[in-house]
This record gives sequence, C-alpha cells and structure tokens, in this order.
Amino acid sequence: MGYLRKIQYNCKQATFLIEKKMIRRLTFREMIELRIHLAGCSVCVLYGKQSRVINQMVQELFRSSMKPEIRLDDNFKKELQERIEEELNKH
Amino acid sequence: MSTESYQLDPHKWVKAYADYLYAYAIRRISNEELAKDLVQETFLAALEKAANFEGKSSERTWLTAILKNKIIDVYRKKSSGLTKDVQQAEHEQQDFFESDGHWSPAHRPLEFGIEDKDHLGNKEFNAILQKCLQKLPALWMSVFTMKHIDDEDTTLICTELKVSPSNFWVIIHRTKLNLRACLQKNW
Repeated sequence: MGYLRKIQYNCKQATFLIEKKMIRRLTFREMIELRIHLAGCSVCVLYGKQSRVINQMVQELFRSSMKPEIRLDDNFKKELQERIEEELNKH
Repeated sequence: MSTESYQLDPHKWVKAYADYLYAYAIRRISNEELAKDLVQETFLAALEKAANFEGKSSERTWLTAILKNKIIDVYRKKSSGLTKDVQQAEHEQQDFFESDGHWSPAHRPLEFGIEDKDHLGNKEFNAILQKCLQKLPALWMSVFTMKHIDDEDTTLICTELKVSPSNFWVIIHRTKLNLRACLQKNW
C-alpha cells in the first residue's frame, strides 16, 4: 500500500491526531496527514465534531457540579469543624 | 512589593469551603464516602501545613491544591496493581478498527443527535454521560479529567500518574473512543 493510501485508510491514526490536536499543536507532517485523511473521510470528520461536543459536555457537567445542589450534610460539617477546633487547641 | 497577602482562618473553613471541596472531589471520584474522607483529610493536612502558607494564593486555591494531590493519590492507588479495568476497556475497543486502521462497520461513528442540537444541561443526557464516565478505567478517567477539565500540564500528568508520554496520548485517544462509543450506544 502506498504512503498516501495508508493515510487515507487509517482512521485509527486520524482519530488519534484529532485528539492530539485538541491538546497541542500537531507537527507539520501530522497536520498534512490529518488534512489529507479528512478530505476524503466523512466518518472521521463526524468523529471530530462529536469529539469536540463531548469535551464541551464533559466540561459543562463538571462545571454544573459546582452548583449548590451538591452539599455535605450539616451534621458532617459540624463534626468536621469541631475536629478542626480540637486540632487547633492542641497546638 | 505588594503587602497584600492572604490569611488563613481555620475557624471558618468548613462553612466557607467544605461544600465546594466536596463537589470538586465527587465529580472526580464518584464515591460519596471517599469524597467526604478526602475533604476531612484535606482540612487536617492543611492545618499541619498552615505554617508553610505564604499567602500568595487564596485559601480556597490553597485548599483545592491539597485536595487535588489527595485525589491524585486515589487515582494512583486505583490504577496500580491489577489493571483489570484497563485491560477490559482495551479489549472492548480492539475491534473498533480493522487491521489497516479503517473503522470496522459495526463501530463506525454515526450521527446520534449530539452534533447540532445543544444538549448542554439536558438532564437525561448528562445522566448517560455520567454513566459512561464512571465506566472508564480509573487511570483513563484521571488522565482525561486532569487534561480536559483541570487543564494540567501534560508533563505533570505523566509524572504524577506515572505514565509515559506516548502512553499519555494513547490513553487520551482511547478514552475518547470509549466515551463516544458509549454515548452512541446508549443515547
């Protein structure tokens, strides 16, 4: 299989590069390879789109966890503060 | 030089930061009891380290940094020893691609409704997303969240979690393949 053919067929490598690109700059060679692949592969184009959306959704999920509905119960907090006071008094 | 510096006030810690730290922990380890323990350990460790507090960061930032290290310890413990969960997850995706790297027909990405519609904040979708995240091997989850949520430096993640740089990229790739497939299957 020729070099170009290999790039065109290799969705595994293309999706790997899509993930890498979201974190850091690709090398020139990697960038060219990815472009060649995506030019002919609508499935990997779709993968890239979904992958970006998934990142956004995970980030949103983590952010939403900072909303006030996730709370410790008051008893636990009371005991925890008492424990801290105890430690403070030791010193 | 600025004379402004932050002070510690442990008498107010629980009231001011316990819920925040708990929420921070629970998203990353999905275990209420363990998250509670970590919050407690964080405060106690902070008391011991209080003398080293230089006032350069806010109390909350400083406490969060201590908690972060405790979470990394948990990740490390979870992912050391038998890495059955990693093996299983790798096994699940071994047939995602053909030997030449082409998508295998059964696992090819299809549109499943997240591409255009805005699912942010959709409760049902978030529940599925959360399940898919929980199914990830501990090591993958930690690499993924440290990078994509906490935006940590790649070298630091590799050092802290003891993964090689090349393995880091493999994990980043595999995690997303796994998550995407799980969402397509369950949504």
